[in-house]
Amino acid sequence: MSLPKPLMRGLLGKRLRFHLPIAFGLSLVAAIAFKYGVTEPRKKAYADFYKQYDAVKEFNAMKEAGVFESVQPSGE
Amino acid sequence: MNKYCKLCASNVTQRWFECRMLASRALRLVGKRAISTSVCLRGGHGVAKVEDYTLPAYFDRRENPLPDIRYVQNLSPVQASLKEKEKGAWAALSADEKIALYRISFHQSFAEMNQESAEWKSVVAGIFFLMGLTGLLVLWQRKYVYGPVPHTLDPEYKQKELQRMLDMRMNPVEGFSANWDYENKQWKK
Repeated sequence: MSLPKPLMRGLLGKRLRFHLPIAFGLSLVAAIAFKYGVTEPRKKAYADFYKQYDAVKEFNAMKEAGVFESVQPSGE
Repeated sequence: MNKYCKLCASNVTQRWFECRMLASRALRLVGKRAISTSVCLRGGHGVAKVEDYTLPAYFDRRENPLPDIRYVQNLSPVQASLKEKEKGAWAALSADEKIALYRISFHQSFAEMNQESAEWKSVVAGIFFLMGLTGLLVLWQRKYVYGPVPHTLDPEYKQKELQRMLDMRMNPVEGFSANWDYENKQWKK
């Protein structure tokens, strides 16, 4: 009937010492992954789009399609 | 003859002696349980009934390791003698006697009360079954309760909507219109 005395103290500290570094590490990994997986490609996509963007050409195409209220297509 | 009953804190008639007797008798009957209501005889009308739920209860919970009362309330003669022996030196108790004393005070040990059960299987089965039932109900409802959808969900109307979205150049960088090839009038491969 003689079991060893169980751990009575320092339980929270032990848990924190184990889990907090893991938590911080995983959060850091998540942030880095989001930056290089999402935001950098997005910035590049926008930069590439506007490199070859002709606003007037787009405007005329939209005008012909008839989506504006202030400007009518050239036919009418 | 009027006497002042200190227990009831009132003037009662000849019954004051009975009041005192009843109180002590009641205390002895209920044993080690605490009396939550006062036992008092007022003018010979009777004692307020002590409800079961008002008295301390025994229950096996991990969060409450020492319940308010012992599990076994009515000790058999063997158990009573064991309790007497417990008043002496505990080293004199054998292991079996110690276990017997434990079982008098407690119903299930921590290992027993924390046992896992297979109840989760029934719970998950119930969840799936009820979700299926709900699905059937929803299908019936969609057929027999709801009226027709608006005309804006017709295929021709949706086609015109799509064309208008492309004409407006909606989300041309990463989203909708970015996938449309305006030169060849088709979706980008």
